[in-house]
Amino acid sequence: MVVPGQTLGDEQAMVASEELEQRRPRRGHRSQRDQNPLWADFIIYAVLLFVTLLTLLPMLNVLAKSLSDAASVSAHPTMLIPEHFNLDAYRYIFRTPVLIRSFGITVFVTLVGTFLNMVVTTMAAYGLSKTEIPGHKFLMWLVIVPMLFSAGLLPTYILMKDLGLLNSIWVLIIPGLVSPFNLILLRNFFWSIPPELEDAARLDGASDLRTLWDVVLPLSKPVIATVSLFYAVGHWNDFFTGLFFISDNSKWPLQVVLRSIIVDQSMMNMGGASAPNSDVSQMVVSTANITSATIIFAIVPILLVYPFLQRHFVKGIMLGSVKG
Amino acid sequence: MVAVTASPSAGTARRRPLLRKMWQYRQIYLLILPAVVYFIIFAYVPFYGLQLAFKDFQIFRGVWASPWVGFEHFQALFNSDKFYQLLRNTLLISTYRLVFGFPVPVIFALLLNEVRHVWYKRSVQTITYFPHFLSWVVMAGIVINLLGPTGVVNTMVRGWGGDPINFLANPSLFRINLVVTGIIKEFGWGAIIYLAALPGIDPQLYESAKVDGAGKLRQIRDITLPGLLPVMAVVLVLSLGSLLDAGFDQVFMLLNGATLEVGDIIDTYVYRVGLLDAKFELATAVGLFKGVVGMVLIVTANWILRRFGERSIW
Repeated sequence: MVVPGQTLGDEQAMVASEELEQRRPRRGHRSQRDQNPLWADFIIYAVLLFVTLLTLLPMLNVLAKSLSDAASVSAHPTMLIPEHFNLDAYRYIFRTPVLIRSFGITVFVTLVGTFLNMVVTTMAAYGLSKTEIPGHKFLMWLVIVPMLFSAGLLPTYILMKDLGLLNSIWVLIIPGLVSPFNLILLRNFFWSIPPELEDAARLDGASDLRTLWDVVLPLSKPVIATVSLFYAVGHWNDFFTGLFFISDNSKWPLQVVLRSIIVDQSMMNMGGASAPNSDVSQMVVSTANITSATIIFAIVPILLVYPFLQRHFVKGIMLGSVKG
Repeated sequence: MVAVTASPSAGTARRRPLLRKMWQYRQIYLLILPAVVYFIIFAYVPFYGLQLAFKDFQIFRGVWASPWVGFEHFQALFNSDKFYQLLRNTLLISTYRLVFGFPVPVIFALLLNEVRHVWYKRSVQTITYFPHFLSWVVMAGIVINLLGPTGVVNTMVRGWGGDPINFLANPSLFRINLVVTGIIKEFGWGAIIYLAALPGIDPQLYESAKVDGAGKLRQIRDITLPGLLPVMAVVLVLSLGSLLDAGFDQVFMLLNGATLEVGDIIDTYVYRVGLLDAKFELATAVGLFKGVVGMVLIVTANWILRRFGERSIW
């Protein structure tokens, strides 16, 4: 059959892991494996330690810098432990209206956007899991073609302009309402639900909508959680939509504001220092303090949900998918 | 669906089983409808804007009324050195990512697989997966903090009596920076699919190899790697499909005046000339070129997967 099933881009794992599912049953017992010679184990553990530290230490350094005073930072840029511990840099960035506003915008976009994503995607995925409906193939191609060919930035920009979405917060939500990849992932899951369960509900006179709500959705909680997280992380980290379509910096989402602070280091004209009154101007914070604190400010929300992310994203791969 | 209203009565519907069937599934169509409307508006309607690539855009006359100029923009594009520079940068960066980035997760997964202390394995995984979830804005901040003129590395270099290196403004280091920081962000995450594939390899193969006296490295070469081959093939072939995406976010964050020559890729150029310089036609033409070549690459990738008997992309 034509499986308009799988997807593209960085979704390699999806196809790959479906492949493995078939071989899974014959798993070996770890304990039967050979012991490596001690020197080999030593090298393996050391290499892994090295790459782990390569990931971890740069972040610890940033954390230490965000919690130290300006003089210590410029004296010891390689610090891993805060010196002259203080929270001035955080006090400073929390009084930067542009940053706080963008944080609010991104929280809104992530919550409302993910909710709308899920409503529309789930409905369509359930509908498209019914291959017997007339026109099914046509509707699937309607979803797949955008993954193969996109008109590009300029035509999209012109469309946003014509729709009046430029400089609107909704441009961060509406144009990415349905991801074909997530749609197909969900549809494949709905496919795998035994039809007998739905048939039973239908015999009791339940409509399609009711069956979806009462039978299918309760069975799909884990995959719904996974796809919601795909969308949510996408919204949280979305940079280019704001860059391309929002020029009014009071409506910028978090990542665009972060960039002007972290990469351009243009904090000083972003409102933080435009209020050179009282205690703010008396704080001795350097650019390094501020950019470090901003980086940590951006990492913490991800860190808080990381246990869920790790669990569900890995599960997402096992479901036969991964999203970059 | 158009003709549904033409057959309200049951009698007509019996003569037209298709419409009857569609009516029976009306709730299903209703569920799909919002997504269909979405795709039509946001994925298909933009195609009308592609005509800009063949027009002389006059803003007051709009897209439709602007005069046609044929392939003028493409001729200008293909005759400009800039175009070849963009293509070269994009392909080089993508290829480097592929050549150097592809083996790292495989090796990492093989190493992790040898770890017998569960807590050690878990800790390594938890830490190395994390950067995958950070945006390139945040990662760029960390990179700048490390490699900038007063960054960590240069402080160490100075401490050892060396001359500081301006990593971020050095054209000969730019692509290396991209590839290395890209690998650091994604290698942990990229290993997951290989880790998932490892238990699927038949343990009897290892047993018989041991009987034949094959050492550990031999087993990896002759059993583990061939066992991972299907996954590796899919990963490789699919990266072929995205060869023209050299990673907008990352490149955009790290690109600066000094490195533009070696780091300007198709996507950053389209943004700059299209949205900042408002050269709409040129940017549309470049975007169309990328779209068409990208589609050919993806279709080819899918064709190759089918040839090798893997599950195809669609």
